[in-house]
Amino acid sequence: MSDFVSGFWDIYVMVLVAGSIAFCMYVVLSNRTAKQVGQVELHGHVWDENIAEWNNPLPRWWVGLFWITIFFSITYLVLYPGFGTNKGLYGWSAHKQYDDEVKKADNQYAPIFDKYAKMDLNALAADKEANAMGKRLFLTYCAACHGSDARGAKGFPNLADNDWLYGGEPATVETSILGGRNGVMPPHAHLGADAVKDAANYVRSLSGLAADSIRIQRGKEVFNTAGCTGCHGADAKGNQAIGAPNLTDKTWLYGSSEATIIETLSKGRNNQMPAWKDMLGEAKVHLLAGYVLSLSKDQAVAK
Amino acid sequence: MSTQATYNYKVVRQFAIMTVVWGIVGMLVGVIIAAQLVWPDLNLGEYLHFGRLRPLHTNAVIFAFGGCALFATSYYVVQRTNHTPLFLPQLASFTFWGWQAVIVLAAITLPLGYTSGKEYAELEWPVDLLITAVWVSYAIVFFGTVARRKTTHIYVANWFYGAFILTVALLHVVNSMAVPITMWPMKSYSAYAGVQDAMVQWWYGHNAVGFFLTAGFLGIMYYFVPKQAGRPVYSYRLSVVHFWALIFTYMWAGPHHLHYTALPDWTQSLGMIFSLILLAPSWGGMINGIMTLSGAWHKLRDDPILKFLITSLSFYGMSTFEGPMMAVKTVNALSHYTDWTIGHVHSGALGWVAMVSIGAIYYLIPRMFGKNEMYSVKLISVHFWMATAGVVLYIASMWISGVTQGLMWRATNPDGTLTYSFVESVKASYPFWSIRLLGGLLFLSGMLVMAYNVFKTAVGSKPYNAPVVLPNAAHAHA
Repeated sequence: MSDFVSGFWDIYVMVLVAGSIAFCMYVVLSNRTAKQVGQVELHGHVWDENIAEWNNPLPRWWVGLFWITIFFSITYLVLYPGFGTNKGLYGWSAHKQYDDEVKKADNQYAPIFDKYAKMDLNALAADKEANAMGKRLFLTYCAACHGSDARGAKGFPNLADNDWLYGGEPATVETSILGGRNGVMPPHAHLGADAVKDAANYVRSLSGLAADSIRIQRGKEVFNTAGCTGCHGADAKGNQAIGAPNLTDKTWLYGSSEATIIETLSKGRNNQMPAWKDMLGEAKVHLLAGYVLSLSKDQAVAK
Repeated sequence: MSTQATYNYKVVRQFAIMTVVWGIVGMLVGVIIAAQLVWPDLNLGEYLHFGRLRPLHTNAVIFAFGGCALFATSYYVVQRTNHTPLFLPQLASFTFWGWQAVIVLAAITLPLGYTSGKEYAELEWPVDLLITAVWVSYAIVFFGTVARRKTTHIYVANWFYGAFILTVALLHVVNSMAVPITMWPMKSYSAYAGVQDAMVQWWYGHNAVGFFLTAGFLGIMYYFVPKQAGRPVYSYRLSVVHFWALIFTYMWAGPHHLHYTALPDWTQSLGMIFSLILLAPSWGGMINGIMTLSGAWHKLRDDPILKFLITSLSFYGMSTFEGPMMAVKTVNALSHYTDWTIGHVHSGALGWVAMVSIGAIYYLIPRMFGKNEMYSVKLISVHFWMATAGVVLYIASMWISGVTQGLMWRATNPDGTLTYSFVESVKASYPFWSIRLLGGLLFLSGMLVMAYNVFKTAVGSKPYNAPVVLPNAAHAHA
């Protein structure tokens, strides 16, 4: 084991452990007395007028309990790691147990997931059984950010609508889950508070929200000259290739209030969707993608 | 029998009264955070939300309520059983005002968000330094008094208090080692990193339980149980064995808080086996306390102070059985991170620590004012039943909720996916959080009854200092 930087600590731990257990045995043994016959006597000291102590022997069942725990512990140290660098007779380690259990689970469950691995995503999204499995995975791994109903929260996209930051093509959705996404909006505080406020008003006007008409005019100028069009496009309809949101629709990742947009503009945003390929494997991600697609298909039908 | 000299009761009286005051404050904060779990809307603003109030609750009940109880009783016991007034009374007075300052600083800085992030040691470095100064003074007063004793033998209660004072000094200094970054705003970084930091933290954390909340309170038990029962302690031999085994073994138990983490396997194993070995030494204290009553069980019927003391020992026995079991790795795999842990802590904190302190304070208060009894013995009885019902509701609800959480978190479907999402386990726990709140409210209400009783006992009475009692001639120093 690499837990010790030198052989000294190995011995140090062994001496302390053996010493501590031996000490417990010693205090019990050194206070053994024969079974009490007749009247128990007082120990002979008196404190604070009337505090005294009987000289009762140690209760035998209690001594027995003590020995059981001591022997159990010694046995445990023989079988499991704990005594210096000794690995124990079982050769057990937490890492090994984990690896074994993961391997066992993979063998047991992989066929269940592999069954769907080759299935077309559109077909998968319509498969009831596959969606039930996908939903269970979603509730475990995705619900913390996107919510149990997949409708998202501030900063976390709603997956149950038909609006997609990176595109809603089945393969694109799967890519988003496999590799994760990192959407970056750079901060623009350097433009000055007034220009930022103007731009915020212009952005609000794009989706038909109430805004100051003079600021809209000035904000349009800011939008076109300060670099916004580079990502969001001259028409402000965004760019799914880099996840730049469409600013002319009714979907807002962080919120549409003037204050929130000003915050987004001045401080920027850094939005991280983690990659799940290594954590879950491709088969499970495939099922998840199918489930996520089924949510927006439901939406389409509802509309 | 008595001489002109008197014991120093002033500092005992001060600490005894503040025990009741801080008990109410600390438990009130506990009730508030329990209510926040039931009604999340009660998380009002950044200063009063759960994350800031929870450390305030733990610090207030452990160090303000528990600490004052330990100061009060140890200063009383060390004088009475060593037959001499307190050593350096001015220094003792400093420990009172210093400790109150620490508590007030905690109450201000924790809601403001100043924290070192170490559980039960959240206070930032300037407060840590004040704690150290108070604690060193405490040790000087305590051991100075023992050194000036008029008896040949040191009574067992003093061993436990002494072990508690020495070990807490060591724990506090080692765990709080940090590099201060700024004085204002107070900020420091721990001297340890990664898993070492976690291990030092839980070495401290578990020994805070073992020495602050156990050894110190066993000191209370060893004086107040035989006094109130009017019977000799059951077995001197047992007290020797369980004292040494307890203080030797507790030091090892910390790693059981870090099962199945990055902590190396060997460390986890040692934490587990020494926790198991702790079972018998812990029960030694319970046996010695409860068996002291043998032949005088009838006294339990009409003495509510004795009821508090003996019930506290039953809870002590229960939680020191539960603790080693939860330290077994396979049990821990189910119990860790669930409400079961919260239940376990409170069966110790409310059932053992609070009840034995309450019993001792009911014994002390009338004596601090030259009386033999509290204003109302009946109200002590009322308090006892409220407290007992409160503890039972609290721990039973947390057991059910905890085991439910543990089972729901590990349940899997035939395809290996988890059967329940996390929020479903929250939903399943929710009703039990209301029952816990009710239990906490009952316990807190009991403390209010106590405060009224203490007030009525103290009001109109003169503070009293008893004359120093000469030791029994046969056992005095020559």
